[in-house]
Amino acid sequence: MNIHEYQAKQLFEKFGVAVPKGVAVSSVGEFDAAIAQLNTAGGIMVKSQIHAGGRGKGTFTNGFKGGVKFSPTKEKAVENAQAMLGNTLVTAQTGDAGRKVQTIYFTEAANLGKRPDGRDDEYYLAILLDRATSNPVIVASTEGGMEIEHVAHANPEKIFKVHVDPAVGLQAFQARQIAFSLGFTGELFKQCVTLVTKLYQFYWDKDCAMVEVNPLLVTAEGKLLALDAKVSFDDNALFRHPDVVALRDLNEEDAKEIEASKFGLSYIALDGNIACLVNGAGLAMSTMDIIQHFGGSPANFLDVGGGATKDQVTAAFKIILGDPNVKGILVNIFGGIMDCNVIATGIVEAVKETGLQLPLVVRLEGNNVEAGKATLAASGLTIVSGDTMADAAQKIVKLVNNK
Amino acid sequence: MSILVHEKTRILVQGITGDFGARHARLSIDYGSQVVAGVTPGKGGQTFEHNGVKVPIFNTVAEAAKQTGATVSAIFVPPPFAADAILECVEADLDLAVAITEGIPVRDMIRAKRAMLGKRTRLIGPNCPGLVTPGRGDKSHGGCRIGIAPGYIHKRGKVGVVSRSGTLTYEAVWQLTSKGHGQSTCVGIGGDPVNGTSHLDVIKLFNEDPETEAIIMIGEIGGNAEVEAARWIKANCKKPVAGFIAGATAPAGRRMGHAGAVIGGAEDTAEAKIKIFRECGISVAETPSDMADALLRVWRG
Repeated sequence: MNIHEYQAKQLFEKFGVAVPKGVAVSSVGEFDAAIAQLNTAGGIMVKSQIHAGGRGKGTFTNGFKGGVKFSPTKEKAVENAQAMLGNTLVTAQTGDAGRKVQTIYFTEAANLGKRPDGRDDEYYLAILLDRATSNPVIVASTEGGMEIEHVAHANPEKIFKVHVDPAVGLQAFQARQIAFSLGFTGELFKQCVTLVTKLYQFYWDKDCAMVEVNPLLVTAEGKLLALDAKVSFDDNALFRHPDVVALRDLNEEDAKEIEASKFGLSYIALDGNIACLVNGAGLAMSTMDIIQHFGGSPANFLDVGGGATKDQVTAAFKIILGDPNVKGILVNIFGGIMDCNVIATGIVEAVKETGLQLPLVVRLEGNNVEAGKATLAASGLTIVSGDTMADAAQKIVKLVNNK
Repeated sequence: MSILVHEKTRILVQGITGDFGARHARLSIDYGSQVVAGVTPGKGGQTFEHNGVKVPIFNTVAEAAKQTGATVSAIFVPPPFAADAILECVEADLDLAVAITEGIPVRDMIRAKRAMLGKRTRLIGPNCPGLVTPGRGDKSHGGCRIGIAPGYIHKRGKVGVVSRSGTLTYEAVWQLTSKGHGQSTCVGIGGDPVNGTSHLDVIKLFNEDPETEAIIMIGEIGGNAEVEAARWIKANCKKPVAGFIAGATAPAGRRMGHAGAVIGGAEDTAEAKIKIFRECGISVAETPSDMADALLRVWRG
């Protein structure tokens, strides 16, 4: 689960991680009161709150450029915020559709410190799982404010990693290692040790999947601040964090994915035209792959899980058919334990209930498969049967492409 | 032989009184597997009965192992309690803990895996279909089925199968069986980012197993476990290997059901993994329908 920047920073503050002072609001009427709470002498940052990166370089569909704006005066801040709120921001990460900005975050603009070479004094800090060691890893870099992937590619020697032993947690010497590796001394060194320690505590206590601070900034006054914050949580651990669940913003999630999750379905929309309905995540992914292999284009990932009841199949068909791009459906079920005939009956009922007009290819394999195929054949519906995944994929691609 | 488990392996089931655990305990008994104990805290002394087989239930894993000689546990405990169930197996010194449970918090698994360091218990999973060593009876009856895989699709034979995914494993097994080729052992290592046993761990066991003559390795996008295994295979494996990677069409950054199946960097895409498979001499299945045939291109059976 992802949260907004302003929510992440509120959590940071609770854990003692320094951030610029800010106020988040969701209506124009609140702008003045919000700004009044800030020290605006150094200007105000106006920040669109969406669950996607690249906001600063994004463009609104109304033509306004920049989802994050420095505003020297209160008046300019209000003007910028008005141009953003309620409008749709397109960034490199949102796709062409963009995201509607429903919350604006005003923060005090930090007075950027400078390095001897004139660059802003910005760093990178992240905590996440290292899959290779199954331990948390803290990643730090002196090259903040840019894509860390680029740094890793161009200057791998400027990325520092510290692995945390989960049996004892982050040790003080490890926090010092990070601070030394970033070149801090004196007061900033102490601030960095504290910030890393608190940030790790937040990551661990709140079951975060990832915490990223980019940039971590040194101000001209010599203060270390988390200027941006990206936080995602482990979905499997949300049951023990009701306070985190309360931060969920359904506006940022795909309505069809939310609908699917209500029925125990895992659905992700893609931009192709052949929908698929599959049991099992690995099989579902490879069903998408085989559609593409034979010249088609998958419209979605859809895993009905191990059960695949009639209600689930019907719900899945409705979700699939809610996508106007879909021109055909491929059902691929390996009914290892479940009875293929039960699934076939569910498919027939779902087709009737939804009045499906599109080509449908069904590949059933496994337990009681002959009865299942007989049920499909006897239904009087035009359901094409596929014997193998390859056969089924070729049939649906042909049916869709020849239309 | 086979790897990890065989026909006589004595199995205990943690969570045998829950719907999910009970259902699959019954299916394992029907398959002819030696389900000798159940564990549900607070229900010790009760009995789980199915088709004339009486399985005693114990309060603790240690007690169940001591009383029945069980060496392997199938874990069907709900996610909030599953890491605890795994560590109880470790404390009881079992050979193998097979965690079927889906949805265990990553932090719990990080801690559990750390606590297992240096212990003799091996963990398979979590979020996995388990493992099957097929039997020699009709439809492979009499084998050792631990977890949720359909037993009847198997056939005893010479191919080792290792995969993260359940249904994709069944797909490969069924292709092999339909073509007359049996399996030594089929292992589902699970789709989570932190798991107990890796592709490479299983490949090493297959390489040492005299009964296993050839291997199918099924992977996914995300992480570098398949790449690690492929490089080891190139340097050390004496047996022909076929491979498949799912997720060529998956968009970056999206989680496709399996928590592990997310593309992060350039090295963990399907394309990159397939390229490394080829470089390492692994016969690549072009599509999931091609998994058995990919093996048969490099192995006569």
